[in-house]
Amino acid sequence: MVPLSWYLILAAFLFTCGLFGALARRNAIAVLMGIELMLNAANINLVAFWRYSGAVTDLAGQVFALFIIAVAAAEAAVGLALIIAVYRKRKTVNVEELDLLAG
Amino acid sequence: MNIAALTANLHVILPEMVLAAFALLVILADMLRQDEEESRLLPLLTLAGILAAMAATAWIWNRPVASYQEGAIADGFALGARTVILVAAGLATLLSMGYLPRINRQMGEYYALVLLATLGMTMMASATDLIVLFLALEIFSLALYILSGYYRKNPRSTEASMKYFLLGAFASSFFVYGAALLYGAAGTTQLREIGNLLASDHGNPNLLWPGIALLLVGFGFKVSLVPFHMWTPDVYQGAPTPVTAFMSAGTKTAAFAAFVRVLMEALPAQQIQWGWALAVLAVLTMTVGNLTALRQLSLKRMLAYSSVANAGYILVALVPGTAQGSKAALFYLLTYAFMNVGALAVVITLEKIDELDALQNRAAGLADRWPLLALAMSIFMLSLSGIPPLAGFFGKFFVFQAAVEGGWTWLAVVGVLNSAISAYYYLRVMVAMYFHEAEEPVQPRRWGGLSLSLALTALATVIIGLYPSLWTGFLSGLGG
Amino acid sequence: MLQLAWLLLAFPAAGALINTFLGSRFSKPTIGWIASGTVAASFVVSLGLLLGLLGLPGEERVITLPLWDWITIGDFRAPTALLIDPLSVTMALVVTGVGALIHVYAIGYMFDDERFQRFFVYLNFFVFAMLILVMSDNFLGMYVGWEGVGLASYLLIGFWFDKRDDTYGYYADAGKKAFLVNRVGDFGMALAIMILWTSLGSVTFLDVFQAAPASLSSGVATAIALLLLLAATGKSAQIPLYVWLPDAMAGPTPVSALIHAATMVTAGIYMIARTHVLWELGPSAANLAAWIGGLTALMAASIALVQVDLKKILAYSTISQLGYMVMGVGVGAYAFGIFHLITHAFFKALLFLAAGNVMHGLHGELDIRKMGGLREKMPTTYRLFLIGALALAGFPLMSGFFSKDGILLNVFGHSPLLYAIGLFTALLTAVYSFRAVFVPFWGQPRDKHLHEHAHESPPIMTRPLWVLAILAIVGGVLNLPFVLTLERWLEPAVGEPSFHPSLALEVSLLLVSAVVALAGIYLAYARYVKEIGWARRLQNALGPLQPLVEHKYYVDEFYDAAIVQPLKALARWFAEVFDPGIIDGSVHLIGRANLAAGERLRRLHNGLVPTYALSIFVGVVVLVMYLVFG
Repeated sequence: MVPLSWYLILAAFLFTCGLFGALARRNAIAVLMGIELMLNAANINLVAFWRYSGAVTDLAGQVFALFIIAVAAAEAAVGLALIIAVYRKRKTVNVEELDLLAG
Repeated sequence: MNIAALTANLHVILPEMVLAAFALLVILADMLRQDEEESRLLPLLTLAGILAAMAATAWIWNRPVASYQEGAIADGFALGARTVILVAAGLATLLSMGYLPRINRQMGEYYALVLLATLGMTMMASATDLIVLFLALEIFSLALYILSGYYRKNPRSTEASMKYFLLGAFASSFFVYGAALLYGAAGTTQLREIGNLLASDHGNPNLLWPGIALLLVGFGFKVSLVPFHMWTPDVYQGAPTPVTAFMSAGTKTAAFAAFVRVLMEALPAQQIQWGWALAVLAVLTMTVGNLTALRQLSLKRMLAYSSVANAGYILVALVPGTAQGSKAALFYLLTYAFMNVGALAVVITLEKIDELDALQNRAAGLADRWPLLALAMSIFMLSLSGIPPLAGFFGKFFVFQAAVEGGWTWLAVVGVLNSAISAYYYLRVMVAMYFHEAEEPVQPRRWGGLSLSLALTALATVIIGLYPSLWTGFLSGLGG
Repeated sequence: MLQLAWLLLAFPAAGALINTFLGSRFSKPTIGWIASGTVAASFVVSLGLLLGLLGLPGEERVITLPLWDWITIGDFRAPTALLIDPLSVTMALVVTGVGALIHVYAIGYMFDDERFQRFFVYLNFFVFAMLILVMSDNFLGMYVGWEGVGLASYLLIGFWFDKRDDTYGYYADAGKKAFLVNRVGDFGMALAIMILWTSLGSVTFLDVFQAAPASLSSGVATAIALLLLLAATGKSAQIPLYVWLPDAMAGPTPVSALIHAATMVTAGIYMIARTHVLWELGPSAANLAAWIGGLTALMAASIALVQVDLKKILAYSTISQLGYMVMGVGVGAYAFGIFHLITHAFFKALLFLAAGNVMHGLHGELDIRKMGGLREKMPTTYRLFLIGALALAGFPLMSGFFSKDGILLNVFGHSPLLYAIGLFTALLTAVYSFRAVFVPFWGQPRDKHLHEHAHESPPIMTRPLWVLAILAIVGGVLNLPFVLTLERWLEPAVGEPSFHPSLALEVSLLLVSAVVALAGIYLAYARYVKEIGWARRLQNALGPLQPLVEHKYYVDEFYDAAIVQPLKALARWFAEVFDPGIIDGSVHLIGRANLAAGERLRRLHNGLVPTYALSIFVGVVVLVMYLVFG
């Protein structure tokens, strides 16, 4: 079996990718995708921790991951709806053009 | 796991069940209604739900402390926080009654979302498990993202909601990653067990410390600590004002309650490290919040930066990690709910609906034409600046007292200096109301619910100031 | 009788409430008499308390009257209770007595003002808050009153908020300045209370004073006393926080008389006397207080010499006299500090109200350079003002003479150098107070038009002043030397005096004070009433200088160059450089620096999601670094 740290490194890498996407991209949909990657990185961690903890009956890690997947789906649904609402009004999804509120 | 185990202590989440049932009822009623007129009943139904949840909370109060499935608890602290949240939700509903028809005719979803957000908040305040905590956080966050964009036709409102959503989801992912690392370090998601394990030094430090740091980020975002606060003014300004009022009091209370619980139950052994981190965050938050508020012309933005600064004051109470500090924080949240919702209610009477905001000059000369409204605003402003014998004074007093008794005198001094700065911008509103001439005649808006909530908040601000023992006596009899 | 003490607070509160809610239905005189009547009723209650205390033996004259439990949290208790002892009753008598007279006067003075009702509501509210301040039996209650009077003061200074002129700028800003400067002091008090609570576990006066000597280290006591001193410098207008008081003259004159001369500004002196146990435990703080008081007295008196606005002369004079009081309580002469507080309340209220009459008679003019010869036009006001000035200058046998001398006597026992400063200030006091008599009231009219339209005030604005005038003359009997009634009376509250001068010292210092006062008055006479043979009189007074006096101009020039000019320069330096430049400047600088920082921070919130996300990310990195490697 591969050591736990491999999974953790994979998760950290995925998280960093997502973080970069969320920080560097200007398209709101791309930012949202970055955030989804960050959430999935957390899922990998949770499942890996659960698998290596040796606890068979305590399913906390798995359950947590399942809930995160559900929440991520809800988040995507709400997020895309909001992006559409903005697009209808402003004809753009570039986050740098959302500057009515500032200061 | 059998049915008996599932239903044991089910009463702990009775308020949440009531709220969920009423949320469904509201949606159902909205579908079944015959014409526009009947939609007036929806806020009343919402209020009924909130009152029922309050009654349920009061009922639990008289029962022994119990926990449902080790996921939620009904101790004094959780019930106190629930009460504050329900009060904020009730007031927000009253404020929405006359406001909503002007911005969006679809009322069913709005009130259902208010109830669901309240559910998430009260759940978060009682959560004792990282999974429940995260779920509750997301339930109310998602509802609030939608609510802040509820004035769909207004670009400011949609912009606010988009910003809130993107940054909120961003912060949530840090929170989740932190929770995952903490799970890895302790092998469980239950807060108290995490605390027990970490106390006997079983955690893996390489997982534990980044985990704690990322959790702090998640909470820091929700309660608007500097530097995670930057969304606050934009969202507060762009959201429909009743939603702003609800958010400012409700989210803060829920997030701080969970914050306190995580710190006190899961991480008491690490107090020395997080104490300093929180102290620095508190100083930054108070100072940046107050200084930035000095330069605001918009009442809503001013209150938003003031909300940031207030998060800093509350954080001061958390730094020493004492039970006294937790109670002080809860008391502060109670006073803050009344005075801040009250101040935003005054903003609602004055605001220009298409800007979703009122600039300070709209308050000019208010005292001459609407003396009672000006008096109410003065009570809120004086209370926010911490002048006795109003509620806000005792909020600050207990918080700083907790800091001094915990050995953080310097932090209390910084807090006191900060509230001196804050007096400047709160007083400026009073100067405008009493000493300036109106530039344009502003006809304040009124409806029954608004007047009622103004009266309630102003009275509460005064009465808590005169008899703080009402609430504190109430709390001190309870554990936690 | 003592059980009814709560009525003391209830009357003015009722007055404020009645006038707030029903005032718009009443006529102006009704409003005024309701307000004055409630304060007068409180005065009667205070008299009753006085009689009640007098009926008890000396050691039983400290009574706590609990009203209700205000805050109880765990072991933290702050009851709402009144402390009835000689000190609080004395203060209540001054506040309600002088207050009632000023209320009556204000009916006449404010009669034509459109915000008449609001004025009396504020005024009653002030009396209410001031009574809370002096009657509370604990620090928290005192703090509530302390903030309450601050609020009343703020509202009343800015009462004519829509006015603006060259002296004060926007009147509303003067109120704001007072409020903000006072907040600096207030936080000293808040911190002192918190330290007291953490170290002693109580905020009740009697508990604190009982526990303090045993369980408070001298370092902590000094820290508390220093914080309280900061509070006192704010409320009682001492260096470095005195700057607000001259601007506070923007308020209507009855307000200047009541709040900014007779009562509120003396709260700091009351507070020090009340907490004397703490000051005795931290003697270095008390010593600092004495020096601050002395230097404030000197500086303010020198500034008063060159002011041309009648009310500003009185304002600086108030600062200077408050300096005397702080000096007095600083050296431990608590009874004399309170004694001077009382006599000062009489004669300074009298002076302010008389100045109000001048202002009233001259349609708002206050520049003494435009006055002159007002003696004939306003004979009553002149007499009243003269009595006030005599008392202020310390003319022998007037009330101010005895109280000031009492302080100076005790200061002599503390530090001869400080005594010298105090004595020199007394000389300046006599000079400036009589400058304020001679220039406006004597000589020829300088502005014919103004003079012709001058008129005496109606009886409602002179009769209350006669009461004050009589008190200003005979107020000294409260505490005559060798009899010391007031000192004995206050003993249960402020303790026994620590300094026991010999008879010879007492008599000689009394004589020195008398000579200094007379010399000062004469100096003013010689300088400002020149047409009455200045050279010959100077010759008589200053015998040894006779050869010089023959060269009249030469002496005049010498006098001018050696005394007046340096003094003026000093005064001007204080007035034009030190005061606005250094003290105001630093206050403004802090304000401006905050605003500038706020502006920069505001720009940082540029509305862009990437910036905000970056800010979060920076926070994440710093937090992780700190917790992982720190």
